[in-house]
Amino acid sequence: MIKLKNVSFKYATQYVLDGLNLDIEPGDRIGLLGDNGSGKTTLCHIIMGLLTPESGDVEIFGKKRTKESDFEEIRGKIGFLFQDSDDQLFCPTVIEDVAFGPLNMGQSPDEAKRTVTSTLQLLKLSGFEDRITYKLSGGEKRLVSLATVLAMKPDFLILDEPTTGLDVQTTERLVEFLRESNLGYMIISHDRDFIKMTVDKLIEMKAGQIQAADLNSLEM
Amino acid sequence: MQVDEFALGGSWVHKLDPRVKIAVTLIFSVVVALSNHIEVAAISLILPVMLITFARLDLRKVMLRLAVVNGFIIFLWAFLPFTTPGETIYSIGPLTIQREGLYQALLITLKSNSIILMVIALLATSQVFTLVHAMSHLWVPDKLVHLFFFCFRYIHVIHEEYHRLVNAMKMRGFKPGTNLHTYRAYSYLVGMLLIRSFNRSRRILQAMKCRGFKRKFYILHHYEMKRCDYALVGSSLVFSILLMVVR
Repeated sequence: MIKLKNVSFKYATQYVLDGLNLDIEPGDRIGLLGDNGSGKTTLCHIIMGLLTPESGDVEIFGKKRTKESDFEEIRGKIGFLFQDSDDQLFCPTVIEDVAFGPLNMGQSPDEAKRTVTSTLQLLKLSGFEDRITYKLSGGEKRLVSLATVLAMKPDFLILDEPTTGLDVQTTERLVEFLRESNLGYMIISHDRDFIKMTVDKLIEMKAGQIQAADLNSLEM
Repeated sequence: MQVDEFALGGSWVHKLDPRVKIAVTLIFSVVVALSNHIEVAAISLILPVMLITFARLDLRKVMLRLAVVNGFIIFLWAFLPFTTPGETIYSIGPLTIQREGLYQALLITLKSNSIILMVIALLATSQVFTLVHAMSHLWVPDKLVHLFFFCFRYIHVIHEEYHRLVNAMKMRGFKPGTNLHTYRAYSYLVGMLLIRSFNRSRRILQAMKCRGFKRKFYILHHYEMKRCDYALVGSSLVFSILLMVVR
């Protein structure tokens, strides 16, 4: 479904991705480990088309993606949760923020409102519609951000450090949601406990490439 | 920091069509700003005061906002009566108070308070986002609308960032004084805020693109003119015309 072939990317003169290969199938539940600055976020941004690789192929849903318009087609299908929720939530109220994606996808305002209701219900956030986004707590912000992504009915999720700054309860809610959903996803995280509970395949970024890692190595 | 505190209400003034609110405020402000008579300016106060009463706003907070505006107007009272040439009505030593100057100062005070009250009554009682929508319905250029909207949304975030930086400075024993060290520290602070805001704006655009943004904002709530909207348009037009013909 997502195939990267020989992808390289550099900032200034330093290569962060160096001939990287990655193959993700629908329904995969992948944990992505890697040191700070090893290029995990860069990799995700390349998949989403936010960064253009220096060389190599990005193939998503069986089609090679190069131009901005190629990526516009896939952005609803692959939901991307940003590290900082304040980047993601920009509308004043929750309902407008969650409706933003569906409206962009061409839903009518009434359809979008129904989508918002069902998405919030799914995350047990019913009643949050008219809350002011920048006054939510950190945990609420993260869950609402997730709602804004889920409202676009993605087939696959990419979550960039979803548990950073979350309390135990919110983290548990996130784990519960991910385990019960039938979505495939890739999670970048340093939170080993969280990864252990949510994924069934582990990969690691090392020297600009992807290496398979052993799930049992998380036990230590 | 709460910018739109007056917007949280349920009166009929709050529920008016925001397009109507913007249009009425605009017409009213122009008429009042162009009037040259104290009587007209004084009478014009009636409409905003009535609207504020109907909107049941917290009068203490309204007064606080007026105080800010009138803080600037005080300077006019300090200079205009002494500097405008005209009929002398009183002299204190070398200073003479002129009737024309007093008249001008009073006129400006009345006009600005009237316009500000109208803005509070109509614009401040709407969420900024609804006003933004209304602006795009009123053929304001998209770029201007987006600029206004993002300024509002991220003032809060940048304000928080500023506090984080200032606190971090304090934690390391920074005490502002009149010296080069202080100026340098403040310039770093401002520079850092600019860079962070710029980077944040890039991340926001990326996040928006990921949710299918194609440089166009769709509107969730559409507006419909109701009876009270037409009533407000009608009555304020009549009121504005009356103001124009009073003299």
